[in-house]
Parts: sequence; C-alpha cells; structure tokens
Amino acid sequence: MTALFEARGLSRRFGRVQALDGADFDIAEGEVVALIGDNGAGKSTLVKALTGNLDLESGQILYEGREVHFATPHDASRLGIEVVHQDLALAPHLDSAQNMFLGREIMRPGILGRLGFMDTPQMRQRSAQAFTELGSAVRSVVVPVGAMSGGQKQSVAIARAVAWANKLLFLDEPTAALGVVQTRNVLDTIKRVRDRGISVVLISHSMPHVLEVSDRVQVLRLGRRVATYQTSGTTIEELVGAMTGALDNQEGAA
Amino acid sequence: MSSTTEHQKAGSGAPMETSASHENLVERVKAMQSVWILGVLVVIIAVFGVLAPTTFLTPGNITNIAQNVSIWAVLAVGMTFVIITSGIDLSIGSVLVVSSVVAAQVMERMGDQGWGTALVGLVLSVVVGIFWGCLNGFLVAKANVPPLIVTLGTLSVALGVAQILTGGLDVRSAPAVLQDNIGYGRLAGVPVITIVALVIVVLGGILLHKTRFGRYTYAIGSNETSARRVGINVDRKLVQIYGFTGLLAGIAGILSLAQYGTTTIAGQSLTNLNVIAAVVIGGTSIFGGQGSMFGSMVGLFIPAVLQSGFVIIGVSPYWQTVAVGSILITAVYVDQQRRSTASGGRR
Repeated sequence: MTALFEARGLSRRFGRVQALDGADFDIAEGEVVALIGDNGAGKSTLVKALTGNLDLESGQILYEGREVHFATPHDASRLGIEVVHQDLALAPHLDSAQNMFLGREIMRPGILGRLGFMDTPQMRQRSAQAFTELGSAVRSVVVPVGAMSGGQKQSVAIARAVAWANKLLFLDEPTAALGVVQTRNVLDTIKRVRDRGISVVLISHSMPHVLEVSDRVQVLRLGRRVATYQTSGTTIEELVGAMTGALDNQEGAA
Repeated sequence: MSSTTEHQKAGSGAPMETSASHENLVERVKAMQSVWILGVLVVIIAVFGVLAPTTFLTPGNITNIAQNVSIWAVLAVGMTFVIITSGIDLSIGSVLVVSSVVAAQVMERMGDQGWGTALVGLVLSVVVGIFWGCLNGFLVAKANVPPLIVTLGTLSVALGVAQILTGGLDVRSAPAVLQDNIGYGRLAGVPVITIVALVIVVLGGILLHKTRFGRYTYAIGSNETSARRVGINVDRKLVQIYGFTGLLAGIAGILSLAQYGTTTIAGQSLTNLNVIAAVVIGGTSIFGGQGSMFGSMVGLFIPAVLQSGFVIIGVSPYWQTVAVGSILITAVYVDQQRRSTASGGRR
C-alpha cells in the first residue's frame, strides 16, 4: 500500500536543541495514525513541519508519491490538509461562523461579490450545520469565540479543520483540555472523519484514546521515529515502554 | 452550561443561534461597544441644549459643529481601520500637510482657478497621501518596525519635506472653485465639505463592516498568527490598510485647502492625537480586533460638541481639553470592564 502522505528524514534544529533528527512519518488513505511521544519528543514540531508551519533543514515530504514543499500553511490547505493546533489559532473577536470561513469567505453572487461583499447568512447557516453534525457544544454562530468556553473553542477549531480537510487532518492534542462528554465527541468525530475516507493524525498523551481510535501508532523519541505498531496488536505497556526507551524496539511490529 | 448563558440574549431555547439577535438598527446599536458613549454624547447635547436653548440647538450651530469635524472624520475613517489591526498612525497630520503643500504649489503654478486645476490638485494630493501611507504599511509589514515608531518617523519626515518644499511658509492660495464650492459651498443648507465627509464615512463603514477587506482587518488585529495560517496575506493587507489611511489623509489635505484657503503647516501637530482619541473614545480597542465606524464618529463629536457648548455658555474653552482627556480615560476604563465581564462568558 502506498502512503498518502510520507516524510523522510526530516531535521530541524532550534539553537542547540535538535528538535527533529531525521524523523520519518507515513500515513495511508483513510487511516488513523496516532503519533505519541514524551514531552519534547518533537510531536508538535513534526506536525508544524508537515503542515507548512515550519522550515526544514533537510528531509523530504511526499504527497501521493510526489515530492511537495509547503512554504506556507496555505500550500498544505490547498491539498486538503488541515491541522488543529494546540493553541487552536482562532480569532477571538470574530464569531464562530467568521472563524469557520476565515480566509475562505463565501461571497455574494454577482457584482456585489466582486466588490467584496460576503454572504453572511449562508456562512452562518453552513457553520451551524457543521457544528450540529459534529454534535458540537457550540450553540451560537454569532457569539465571539473569545467569549466561549475552552471546549466550545476547541470544537470550533475542529469543525473548521474537518470542514476543509478532504485528504488529511492533523489533531494536536485535541482532548487535552476537554471534559468527558466533549472528549467522547472528539473521538467520535475522528471515526466519522475516517469513515469519509479522510486520513487522521492524532497526537495524544492519552493511551486509551490512542488505542481506541487509531489503526497504527508511531512513536517519536528525541526527534525521530523509534517504533511503529499496529494498534490491534499492542498494549499500553508496550507503547509507554517505546516512548520512554525502556524497550528498545527498532521499527517494531509494522 | 455556558451555552445557556449565551442564550439569554436570544431569549429562546432554539438549538442553534444562526442569526444575530440584533437584526434591526436599534438592536444593533444597543449591542455595540460604543452604545454607552453615545449616551454620553446625548447627555452632553441635552445639557447644553437646556443651558443655552436659544443658541446651542440651532441649525446654524449644528451645521457649524458638523463642518468642524468633517476633516477629522475623513482621517478617523482610516485611523479606525489601522487601530483595529492593533496598529497606530501618528503621521496622518503630517501626511495631510505634505499632500496639501504639493497640491497647492502645483495648483499655484498652474495659475488657473478652474475645475481642471482643482482636479490636478486632488489627484496629486491623493497620490502623495497614498505614497506615505504605503511607506508606513511597507515598513510595518515587511521591516517589522512597530507602527508607533514607523509613523512617528514618517510624521517627522513628511512634515520636514513639507517645510523644505515651502521654506516653512504656508502656500496661501487655492483655486477659487475649490474654496467657493467645497470650502464654503452648501447643498440644501448642508456644508459640501460635510457631505463629502459623510459619503466617505459611510463608504468606509460599509468597507469595514460588510466586506472581506474589513473582515481581514479585524482578523489581523484579533490574531495575526491565525490570519496567516488560514492563508490571508497579512503583509499585503497591512500595506493596503495604511495606504488607504494615507489616501484619506490626502483627501483631507485637499479639503483642508478648500476650507482654509491655505496650507496649514504648523496647524496639524495635534491632529493625529485628536483623531486617535476620538477613535478610542468610540470603543475601538487599541489592542486590535474590535471597533466600529459608528463609534468613531460618536467619539469625534464629543470633543466638537464640548468645544462649541463651552463657548456658547461662556465657560473657558480650555476646559474642553480637560473634559476630552478625562472622557478618553473613562471610556477605555469602562470598555476594559465590559470586556473582562464578556470574557467571563456573559455578554
């Protein structure tokens, strides 16, 4: 099976810290891959590098077998790759519909659209529909995001990424700040997105979540991939061992 | 739980609020940050109206106030955009001066008093304004120098250029058609300069509140990183926004020539601060992401009404600056209070 998206030997240094040290990564179409690793293993850095948010010193990124170079996040978006960052990257003064369509506004038809007028009712309606479909806790598309709870903000960011990702979705610790019900929602969302044929990369510290939704687990340590497991054949103990280096597995049971 | 508090305003148990509850004009005004400052303006007008019933609320005096704020209103349109991006433009007064100087000198050389000359002057003034504005924007966006420093620098440079061009002496001429038709002209009793300003304010308000350009202005001020991540060309937008502000300063330059019949080289040193004060009194956040054109206009009228009112009731007009400064600080204090309540989940 050829990978939808693959990275080979990515390296990036911040001052004296080698954040990525020849890191590899791969994901197939419609697959859910969990990316795990201890704090500082380079998970967020890897996601940034894979989505056009970070320049690389060396390494290759392949999309559908062809080498690509993402100078900006927008380049990745154009290929249907979306990411929910840990900091969510929402504009707090704008409402959820405005955030949802930021940079992709629906314009009014005809001359008004040419003049820069936006079709606000349609954007609100489509946003409302997206939130409803996701079972989101967001109950209004006209309240500024800054006035929402952490869980609601999270679900706006996820809904936005899901709405635009038609190939690959990155979720950087999407459940870290969430309650029980909302966490359930996020996990269900991941499965629903996968069922639509979209690949999902999940970064999480929660091993039960990882085991529940992922097909494969890739373990990152000290800026490189140290192991890959089929989720069905692995255990929490094995994953934690690989993360901490207690087990010395080389590209394990993949 | 937090979703129920958000619902209080809509007052319904509908599953999803898809339209703002403030659909009509009254509701929309009420929902604005600037509503209470509008109340302050109304109270000020009412007080002067009671104290000087025969002189304050006369058509003549109201017209006079409107005429006095017209040029600042044009500048405030641009300033509102800039401050919403969390920037600032200190250079508008100097840009106004240098635009009007270039226009006045060329028009003087042409000698003719007709519309052709006036048109050349307008185009020149606007081009000079756009140049300085874009220079500001370029330095802010590309050179990463903070807006405060960039525009403090261009304030000085533009004023210096104007003084070099003129030797420090005002150009005391403007085509007769400009002065007669724009400066002193009236249409149905309303000063033409006020009508021009009103048209610019309305267009500016539509641009800010209804178009994608305005949306991106808010987005940049609210969270620049997020704006970049969704693919907005933030640098280009900033150049456009500062350029637009320069353009308006150029228009203000020609309006000023029309109104006073002379360039005002030494007379614009506090224009920037007065316009910034008006915009901020009107509820536009100096931290970016928040503000309205309507608010800026309310903020503009408070100093003008106070000035006029104090003169009429015989209080020393110097009290005006004391009052405006106090209102400025109070306005920002109240906004901060409202905002901290808002971020607590209640609106």
